[in-house]
This record gives sequence, structure tokens and C-alpha cells, in this order.
Amino acid sequence: MKISSTRWAALAAAAVLAVSGCGNAGSDDESGKDVKAEDVSFDAGTRMAEIQEQGTVKIGVKFDQPGIGFKGATQKVPSGFDPEMGKIIASKLGLETSDIEWVETISANREPFLEAGTVDFVIASYSITDERRKIVGQAGPYYVTGQSLLVAKSDDSIKSADDLDGKKVCSVTGSTSIKTVEEKYGAKPAPFDTYSECVDQLLAGSVDAVTTDAAILLGYAAEHPDDLKVVGEPFSEERYGIGYGKDHPELCKFINDSLTAAFDDGSWKAAFDSTLGKGGGEAGTPPALDPCA
Amino acid sequence: MTVFFDNFDLFLRGFAETAKLLVAAGALAMVLGTLIAVTRVSPVKALRVVGTTYVSLVRNTPLLMLILLTYYGMPRLGIDFGFFGNITLAMGVYTSAFIAEALRSGVNGVPLGQAEAARAIGMPFGLTMTQVVLPQAFRLVVPPLVSQLIALTKNTSLAATFGIAEATFRLNGMLRDYASERWVIFAGYAAGYIVIVAVLSSIAIYLERRWKVSR
Repeated sequence: MKISSTRWAALAAAAVLAVSGCGNAGSDDESGKDVKAEDVSFDAGTRMAEIQEQGTVKIGVKFDQPGIGFKGATQKVPSGFDPEMGKIIASKLGLETSDIEWVETISANREPFLEAGTVDFVIASYSITDERRKIVGQAGPYYVTGQSLLVAKSDDSIKSADDLDGKKVCSVTGSTSIKTVEEKYGAKPAPFDTYSECVDQLLAGSVDAVTTDAAILLGYAAEHPDDLKVVGEPFSEERYGIGYGKDHPELCKFINDSLTAAFDDGSWKAAFDSTLGKGGGEAGTPPALDPCA
Repeated sequence: MTVFFDNFDLFLRGFAETAKLLVAAGALAMVLGTLIAVTRVSPVKALRVVGTTYVSLVRNTPLLMLILLTYYGMPRLGIDFGFFGNITLAMGVYTSAFIAEALRSGVNGVPLGQAEAARAIGMPFGLTMTQVVLPQAFRLVVPPLVSQLIALTKNTSLAATFGIAEATFRLNGMLRDYASERWVIFAGYAAGYIVIVAVLSSIAIYLERRWKVSR
């Protein structure tokens, strides 16, 4: 009996190894390619040196936005443009992709997480605003997008944001998009928890439109090409930045330098093409970075 | 503090929506709850079974599940009252089970002699209930009924993610726009809910006083 239980244990161990080998963090297609650590060194006492010393970095990303930051039930590493940017930042800190600890951030907890040090960076479709810059650091932007509208394919009454007066428009509770359509265009806000619920309500005909950044909507339109379409020109400018703790201002220059390098060596464009670019979007020219204070 | 003065219309609009939902769901819950309480004490066995089943089914279901049922289940069967109607139905039905139980305990607290006397002068069950037992039962259970309405007040915040632009939705919006004044905003919205609860409580105190005298 003893022998056979040892054999079972060996078999189980082998199976675990095999499974973990298949799903090795980040090496599968779903989660994108790993980015190799760079050989770097930082001045002692800086936050960069501390993180490199620790050998691990905590990055907050969205887990529920296809193309931007998404983690399915079977994925070990989130996929999307934001996680790709996270891998690049980690590599510039001299860390491997496997050294990254991914933390789910939702819109409402991005500032608290940065203030409490729960995460080192937030890369989570995090629009740069003056109000946010009062309490956290935001470097970038690394991507500029705009708010757009998703409507039913058969609906001809909404052609642009100007047609939204009195229409029921769905977006996520607490998002900037839902504020814009209500305040500027007189839409009736219909808040839900996630964009996919909004899309369900649109498909069911309970709301007239879904609004958020164009990049996200294009993903859903591609999922339901016979029922949904994106209409009109983008009517806002969202500048996605990388959030960091305000008590480490030296991170700003580090992030900007890393982004500049990524813009120049093509890794930024590659990150875009392998994620958001799949939905038909163009990377275009890299955005101009805000100077560090 | 200026956050509130600058956005006072949004703050008020949010709580107006909360109050609307509270009144609609509260009214539905009171009506349904009273009917269910009556079935549970009725002399007809079939009605008692219906009442008991309703209470154990509804009371043991999470509110969120009832909401999901009205938002994603009923429309598949062709029943859809819109966001406000659907969530009012879910919250009204949910709260009605608790109202029914509170009221039943009130009915049980009315001395049996009262119902017997009503029967003795020839009142049928319906009249006995509406004229003799229920009026006395209600005044016995004002505190637990108000507790249920207070619970309902807080439950309405679930609507913030079901297409209703109520107070908690506005709270989220202000947190997004004025992240640096988080604590002031939380305190302000908490105060808003406290005002609603205070109004409910003072109604309860008034009713208790009034009914104490008339007894």
C-alpha cells in the first residue's frame, strides 16, 4: 500500500508540473508574450531602486475590459493593452513579467490603492485629470482615446451625441462617460455595474445607447456585428496615464523615460497591435507626454 | 464642503430618485405584506399554504437575486416593466415577506376574544380582519414595520447599478469628480440617508403616540 500511495503522489506531482507548465504565467497566447527584464540600475534611495531590490512589483489593472485589461477565469495573467504596458514598465525596472503581481483595480479604488501602497502602479484606463493629480501622481499619457456611442444596428435616430436628448444611455456607475452624456447632451443616465451588462440591456432594447471610450465599444461591436454599431465621432478626449503614489515623485520621470523608450523602439505599437489593434483600431502616432513637475 | 453647494442639484436629484423608489416599493410591500399576513391567519387551509410558501420562498432569497430575476428572467418571458418598475417589484416583493411576518406577529398579539366577539356579532372573516383585528395589529407592530422600511431605504442603494440614477449613483459620480474630498462626500451622503430614516422614525413615533391615546 505504501508503494502505491507514493506512486500516486509522484503521478500527481507530475500532473501538477505538466499543468503548470502549460499554463506558465504569461507564456500562453491569451495573456500575451512575456517581456524580458532589462539590465538597469537606479540611484540608491529612489523608489525604483527599492522595487528592483524587492524583486516584485504590484500593478493594478482592470480585469473586466476586453482589449484594455481583461482576465478570464482560466487566465493567470490579465491580457490587454494596459497589462502589456505594465510588462514594459516592469522590464524597465529590471524585473521579469513573472515578477509582476497583478492586482484588480476597479474605477473607484484606484486612488485609495495608490495612497495606501496596495499597488505600485495603476495602469487601468486611468484618465488623467487635475482633480486626480491632487492626490496621486499620473504620468503619461500613453494612449489617447475618446468617448463614443454604441447603438442597435436598426436604430437610425441616434447619429451623434447631439441626438441623445432624453435618450436612455447606459454606462458604468461612477464613470466619466455617464456624466458627460447627462450634463452635456441631456441623456437620461442608466447606470450598471459593468459594460457587458450595458451591452445586454442594449441588445434587449431596454436602453437606447451604451457609451464609453471608443476602444471598448469597438470590441463589443465586433462581438455582435449583426446587432450593434458604433456611431458618430468621439466627443471627448480621454488621456490614459499611469498612476503612482504621490510620495514618490521620482517615478514620474522614470515612467516618462520608459514610455519614450517604448514609443521609440516600437514596443508600444506592438503592444497596441496585439490587443486593441485587433478590433480594427490604429495605434497612430504616440501621444505627447506631459512634463514632470 | 463646497462640493455639495456646487453639486446640490445632483445631490437632491439622487435622493429624490431614492425617495421615489422607497415610496413605490414601500407601498407595494405594505399592500402585498398585509394580504400575505391575512392569508397566513385565514381559516382556509389552501390560503395558509400559499402564504407560508410565499414567505419562506421570498424571505430566503437574496434581494440581489430577485432583482436579477426581474431584470434578466422576466423579460425573457415577455414581462418587462422597465428599470423602475422591475426594481420596484423586486424590492416590494422582497420587503413584503418581512412586513407580512411582522404583521402576523401583531395579529397573534391581539387577544383572541376580540376576533371571537366579532364572530359572535356575526362578522364574516373579511370584516373581522379589516374592522377589528388588523387595526389593532398594526399599532402593535409599528416599530418592526418601520425597521423594515428603514432596511428598504438602505436596500434601494442596490439600484445604483441597475439603471436607476439614485443617491448612491450620485455618490459614485461625486467620488469620481472630487477624489480629494472623499470623506466630506461620504459624510454628506450618509447624512442624506439619515434624514430619510429620521423622517420614517418620527412618523413612527407620531403614530405610536397617537394610537396609544386612542386605545
